[in-house]
Amino acid sequence: MAPMTPLAGLAWLLVFQSAGEALSHAFGLPFPGPVVGMVLLFAALFHPAVRAPVAACADFLLGHLSLLFVPVGVGVMTHLGLLEDYGLRILAVIALSTWAGIAVTALVLKGGRRRTAGQDDAGLR
Amino acid sequence: MPDFVELWVYLSSSPLFGLTATLAVYVLAQAAYVRLRQAPWANPVLWSVAVLATGLLLARVPYPTYFSGAQFIHFLLGPAVVALGWPLWQRRAALRARWGRLLLAAVAGGATASASAVALAWAFGLPREVVLSLAPKSITAPVAMGIAQAIGGVPALSAVFAVLTGLVGALTGRYLFALLRIPTDADGWMARGFALGTASHGIGAARALQVNPDAGAYAGLALGLQVVLASLLMPLAFRLL
Repeated sequence: MAPMTPLAGLAWLLVFQSAGEALSHAFGLPFPGPVVGMVLLFAALFHPAVRAPVAACADFLLGHLSLLFVPVGVGVMTHLGLLEDYGLRILAVIALSTWAGIAVTALVLKGGRRRTAGQDDAGLR
Repeated sequence: MPDFVELWVYLSSSPLFGLTATLAVYVLAQAAYVRLRQAPWANPVLWSVAVLATGLLLARVPYPTYFSGAQFIHFLLGPAVVALGWPLWQRRAALRARWGRLLLAAVAGGATASASAVALAWAFGLPREVVLSLAPKSITAPVAMGIAQAIGGVPALSAVFAVLTGLVGALTGRYLFALLRIPTDADGWMARGFALGTASHGIGAARALQVNPDAGAYAGLALGLQVVLASLLMPLAFRLL
């Protein structure tokens, strides 16, 4: 059983992705199939028969998550013309907006912590 | 040596080439990253992409030929998004305890990243399809491509922008957090990881995971939340515009 576990986990992930794609298409949902699959998986994880194999596969897959971005990243070579024309501006937009997003997220969480130490910790209970 | 040329032409047009090159280059880049004590600038995605794109351009191998092999790795992004349900499920207690604040941070951070990108791109006079392709750049690449399709952007461009966004977060996050005086205690790691996952998705999360396990878990949570929030809200927001 043990050596089969990660493989069974991959099978589960693909089953939930397929179910997600099917639901997303059938009902015209605004979510992509894998997102619906993620929500379905979350519910299914309460069952131990799903949990053990999915844990083994998901930890491996997510541990190498950055590899999965390499093929699309290499696609940058097909947009060199666009980057030649607008590259600096695009980079500036990406850097500034990413910093803004990180800063706002981190400060909301930091601010929340200070407030809970002070007056209202109703949100915690 | 015509035999060598013939052999190269044969090998470089086979799907085996793209798959082998991607894995081999990434494994080397990852080893170098570990050897360099995981310095942000040694990011394995950055160097893999740079080496592969340069190599393909020099060898005159077209991207579709490369992708015919690399697609087998690319395909795993779908199951990987599904797999994000697992770290979410593991943190369901923390999620239940702090869902209000985390949701607020996710909505505020995600909206800031997307709206500021669109506003800046528009102000800088970038073409319309580039502006729309920049909107979902903080969402993990496969979902960003789907959202770009839905709002009138170019999916391939969004994917590249998403990778660049991830790299900006992974490379500069540490310095930004120091500037903002985010501490390195338990709550600080939560804020750092959650912020990286929110604004720079899987690549930021991969970086967070290497720096601190709690930061990594919250980054996974954040990127999962962004996926759900953005695929629900972004097509709605652009339908209203």
